[in-house]
Amino acid sequence: MADEPLVLGIETSCDETGVGIVRGHTLLADALASSVEEHARFGGVVPEVASRAHLEAIVPTMDRALREAGVTIADVDAIAVTSGPGLAGALLVGVAAAKGYAVAAEKPVYGVNHLAAHVAVDTLEHGPLPEPAIALLVSGGHSSLLRVDDLARGVVPLGATIDDAAGEAFDKVARLLGLPFPGGPYIDREARAGDPVSIAFPRGLTAAKDLAAHRYDFSFSGLKTAVARWVEARQRAGEPVPVADVAASFQEAVCDVLVGKALDACRSSGIDTLVIGGGVAANSRLRAMAEQRAEKHGVRVRTPRPKLCTDNGAMVAALGSHLVAAGVAPSRLDLPADSAMPLTVVSV
Amino acid sequence: MLVLVVDSSTPAVTAALVDVSADGVALRASRCTVDARAHGELLAPQVDAVLADVGARPADLAAIVTGLGPGPFTGLRVGLVTAATMGQVLGIPTYGVCSLDGLAQPPAAGQPPAAGQPPAAGQPSVAGQPSVAGRLSAPGGPSGEDGTVLVASDARRREVYWAVYDGAGRRVAGPDVTAPAVAAERARDLAVTVAVGDGAHRYADVLGLPVRDEPRYPDPLALAGLAAARIRAGEPGEPLTPLYLRRPDAVAATGHKPVLR
Ligand SMILES: [Zn+2]
Repeated sequence: MADEPLVLGIETSCDETGVGIVRGHTLLADALASSVEEHARFGGVVPEVASRAHLEAIVPTMDRALREAGVTIADVDAIAVTSGPGLAGALLVGVAAAKGYAVAAEKPVYGVNHLAAHVAVDTLEHGPLPEPAIALLVSGGHSSLLRVDDLARGVVPLGATIDDAAGEAFDKVARLLGLPFPGGPYIDREARAGDPVSIAFPRGLTAAKDLAAHRYDFSFSGLKTAVARWVEARQRAGEPVPVADVAASFQEAVCDVLVGKALDACRSSGIDTLVIGGGVAANSRLRAMAEQRAEKHGVRVRTPRPKLCTDNGAMVAALGSHLVAAGVAPSRLDLPADSAMPLTVVSV
Repeated sequence: MLVLVVDSSTPAVTAALVDVSADGVALRASRCTVDARAHGELLAPQVDAVLADVGARPADLAAIVTGLGPGPFTGLRVGLVTAATMGQVLGIPTYGVCSLDGLAQPPAAGQPPAAGQPPAAGQPSVAGQPSVAGRLSAPGGPSGEDGTVLVASDARRREVYWAVYDGAGRRVAGPDVTAPAVAAERARDLAVTVAVGDGAHRYADVLGLPVRDEPRYPDPLALAGLAAARIRAGEPGEPLTPLYLRRPDAVAATGHKPVLR
C-alpha cells in the first residue's frame, strides 16, 4: 500500500548500529553494523568503544539501508530513533544522527522506547498485533514481562529481572565454560548435544515464598552462581566438565522460568497472545519450549525470526510506523537520549 | 556561499551560519549555549534556529564546517554526527578543523552582526569587521602583539586539551591532552606569553600566564575561516574523524572469580 507511512528507524542503544526502513508493516531494508568483535576480548560491551563505532558506522549504514530499500530520505514520512533505554553515550550518537537527518531533510522525528520497539518488530512478520498482548523481552541488557494494551501509547510493566539480565547470564555461564562472547549462540549450540535434565539447577523466584512479591520478576544471579559452584566442584575433583550437559541444564532452567512466568501472566489476565523478543528470543530452546507449553494453554506465541529479535533498525522503524499510523505527535527537536527511559513511555 | 558551522568540543554548544565569499567570511547568525550536559538536546534546535534567523532552508547550505575537538568524547560526537548526517542528506561537503585553532585568534574588533541581519548582497563582511581570513593569514596579525599563545580547553579528570600558536596563528605544538602543569612546562619552553580558553581560566594558577578574557570557547567565525580556502576551492569534503587523543576506558574482563570458599 503506497499510502502507508514510509518510516526510517535508527538504533544505537548498545553495540549494533542499525538502520531499518519500513512501509506500514512491510520491511524494506534492515542494515546493520556491529562492533561486537571489538568487545569480545573484554567479555562485555565497552560503552566508549561502542559509541566510537556508532559514529563511524552511522553514515555508511544509512547509505546501505537507503540503497536496499530503493528510496531517498526525501521520500520518508518520518524518522524514528531509539532514545532509551540503553548506553547513554551510544544512544546519544543515534539521537543526534536522527536529528541531523530530520533537520536536513525537514522531516518529523520520533524518539522511541527500545523495548516497545522489540515488541513492534513482530508486526513486520505477523502483521498487526492483537491488543492486549503479553510480551516477554529478554536480551543481554533487559529481561522484562509486560502487558501491551496500546503499543502506540503505553505498555504496563509486570515484572523484570532483579539482578542479571537473561542474556548476561548466558554470557557469564559461557565464560565459565570457556565459550566465546556473546555466549547465547554458543550455549545454544553446545546444549543440543547435552542432557537438559542431567543437572538440577535452581529456578529463581519460583518458590511459593518468592511468588508473593515477585510473581513476574526474574532472578538469574543465583542460577549463575549455582552453575559456577557445580563447575568448580568438578574441576577441584579433577573430573572433566561435561560442557554440553551443563549448557543444556542451565539453558533449560532459564527457559523454564521465562516461559513459566510469561504463560502465568497470560493465564491470569486471560490474554491469549504472547510476543517474545530480544536477543535471547533467538534461542532455539526458548522458542520450542514456548510453542509447546503455550499450545496447552490456548496461547498463541509470536516470535519474529532471529535476525529481527536481536537489536536492529527495523524494529525502531516498525514502532515509528505504528506511531505515525496511530496519529501520535512527533517528538520535539530537543528530545534527549534517556539511558533509563521508563517502559511506560513509548515515545517522547 | 552559506556555510553551517557547528562545534560541541567544549561546554559551549555552537551553531552558526557564515557567508563565505571571495574576499572574506562574515557571520550571519550564531547561537551558543554553555551547558556541558545538554549537547545532544541543544545543537539541533540551534541549527534550526540559525536557519530561521536568516530565512534560509537546509538546501541553501553549500558546506558544513565542524570542530573535530579535541574535547570530551560524548559531547564532541554530537557536533560531528550532526555535521556528517546533514552533509549526507544535503549532498554537500563537510570539513573538519581543530577546535583549539578556533580559539587561537582574539575575536574581531568590530561587533558581530545581529542575528537575522545579513550583510547586504555583494558586501562580503560587515563594515568595520575585519575578515577572519585576513586575520588568520596576516603574519604578526592581531595576535602578534602577544606573541606565542597557549590555547587550553577543559579535558576534565584534572587535565587540559592544549596547543600552542605562534604570532601568525600557526599551530606550533599540540593538540595534546595532559595535566595543566605539563602544558605549562611546554608553554615555558616555547616562550608563550598569554593563554586563552576555558581550560586556561580554570587552571590559570598552574599555568602562570596572563589569560585573555575572550574567547573562552571556539569562535565559529574563526572555525569557518580555517576551512574557507577549501570551501572556496570546492575541495571535496572529508570523513569527520574526532580528535579523541585518549584511548577508551576499556577494562578487560577479569578471569572468573571462584565462588567456592
Ligand atoms: Zn534490545
